[in-house]
Amino acid sequence: MSAISDLAAYLTDPWASEFMLRSLLALVMVSVVCAVMGSFVVVKGMAFIGDALAHASFGGVAAAFVLGGNIYLGAAVAAILTSLGIVFVSRRSGLRFDTAIGVLFVGAFALGILIVSRQEGYIVDLFSFVFGNVLGVGQSDLVLIAVVGATVLVLVAVFYKELLFTAYDPAMAAAAGLPVAAMQYGLLALIALTIVISLKAVGIVLVVAMLVTPAATAQLLVQRLHLIMAVGAGIGILSSVVGLYLSYRADVAASAAVVLTATVIFLMTFLLSPRRGILGLRRPSILTKAEEGYGGPR
Amino acid sequence: MARVDAGQQDTEDGGLRPAIEVSDLWAGYNGQAALEGVTLAIEEGCLAGLVGPNGSGKSTLLRVILGLHRPWRGEVRLFGQKVDRARRLLGYMPQVELVDWAFPVSVFDVVMMGRYGRLGLLRSPIRRDREAVWRCLEQVGMTDLARRQIGELSAGQQRRVLFARTMAQEPRILLLDEPFTGLDATAQHDLLNLFNDVRAAGKTLLVATHDLSCVATAFDHAACLNRKIIAFGEPRTIFTEQVLNATFQTHLLLVNVEGKTYVSYQ
Ligand SMILES: Nc1ncnc2c1ncn2[C@@H]1O[C@H](COP(=O)(O)OP(=O)(O)O)[C@@H](O)[C@H]1O
Ligand SMILES: [Mg+2]
Repeated sequence: MSAISDLAAYLTDPWASEFMLRSLLALVMVSVVCAVMGSFVVVKGMAFIGDALAHASFGGVAAAFVLGGNIYLGAAVAAILTSLGIVFVSRRSGLRFDTAIGVLFVGAFALGILIVSRQEGYIVDLFSFVFGNVLGVGQSDLVLIAVVGATVLVLVAVFYKELLFTAYDPAMAAAAGLPVAAMQYGLLALIALTIVISLKAVGIVLVVAMLVTPAATAQLLVQRLHLIMAVGAGIGILSSVVGLYLSYRADVAASAAVVLTATVIFLMTFLLSPRRGILGLRRPSILTKAEEGYGGPR
Repeated sequence: MARVDAGQQDTEDGGLRPAIEVSDLWAGYNGQAALEGVTLAIEEGCLAGLVGPNGSGKSTLLRVILGLHRPWRGEVRLFGQKVDRARRLLGYMPQVELVDWAFPVSVFDVVMMGRYGRLGLLRSPIRRDREAVWRCLEQVGMTDLARRQIGELSAGQQRRVLFARTMAQEPRILLLDEPFTGLDATAQHDLLNLFNDVRAAGKTLLVATHDLSCVATAFDHAACLNRKIIAFGEPRTIFTEQVLNATFQTHLLLVNVEGKTYVSYQ
């Protein structure tokens, strides 16, 4: 009896404090929005863009920091400008998409370093955006994450059909008269906003993992975009709870613990998934197709 | 199958405009011409082939007709209307290489996308749309696999799904880009039967392909394209050695066996 209540206390103790609950709330909201946008990132192979926008936002964080402006606003401006720049440059110049990304994000990141290198003293605060400091999330951060996150989710829900069609088959979507360019710019802008609200909780360096890992895990389990979003959100929430708990018990950085938990879930799913896992059985239909000599998914 | 003989009646159609009318069309990329003065008229209810080797401009012509690529000069009319006012009349099936088969969508989802253009922004599919999707799936015999992820289909099934999506657009004119590529004879035959059903329902089909034998045996008209229109008319009459060599140049092999000419294309 007392063993059970001891165990229960051991599990619930960390959540007694207000700052742990606040951290958990922030991580849960961030991981849900990240999983939804990350589903687009994963199915379109845009992980590099996610990483790039996160790094580019550093330029805005640094500028806002030095100028004494709002850090989130600075990050949002830098990330959105970079995402629009990426689409614009690659549509106009004929440069490959990843080349445009490489040029622009490193430029914005370098600008951040340049600005910071002129500063002395405050660097520690800046690092909470680079490596994440979820325990430092305050009331105003929570409100911002909730409002912007909800806006992102509502926009995805409202334009889901268009975003899906444009992501899947842009030529056909354009032929059907859908505003393909607007959707492509819009998708990147939404990813940029997602990154911005994740900065304080997980940090620039790790945010791409929150975008990619839960959604990638979900893609091993389910095969329709909205299901990947839902399952990815669940995995993100689970990683947040377990990771934050472990970080409390082991006294390690929360963002790293959450990301590593998500990574472990991914690896376990990868090994055990009935559909694509190494240890699982493959579907007969895939075997049939191979026997027929048809090309598989490209 | 019955085929209307292309006789004198063809030219005077009582003022009816052709389904597709392309006049003096010039188009290209980065200053490089891909189409040079293409002129073409395809009658309603016609199964027409657009034949030419890789890089001859077939996809470009289809994309211009669809309004996806802006021509340098010339214009396209559908039943006498400009394309931007007649987009609803068109159904399109892109080249399979452009389709992302690993994307997490089901067969049903893909065919439903054919409805999105009609639905317009912000509107969700209603029962009528779902019924249309099931009808199209039934037409191509894919109702049983509606929940399957599209990558988990054979090449022939994948092609039928793309065709069902084109039909879900409820088009009067279908533009199909290389629908036969990579299919075995049976799957090709199945697809051709679907085309014939659709034509029998009065629709017009323009099919880009380099499968000459298919066009020669089953199509009403063919246009031989190599940046310019080399010839246009009934396949039987225009598929001469001269025209085919001019169209395919060195890519084509002509073999004469027992008085019949066999062509193969590499
Ligand atoms: N997006 C593009 N950018 C530049 N050149 C292109 C593009 N698409 C096609 N081309 C060029 O235009 C010509 C016609 O191509 P295309 O219409 O695809 O031919 P086909 O469909 O008959 O193989 C080719 O020389 C090709 O290299
Ligand atoms: Mg082509």
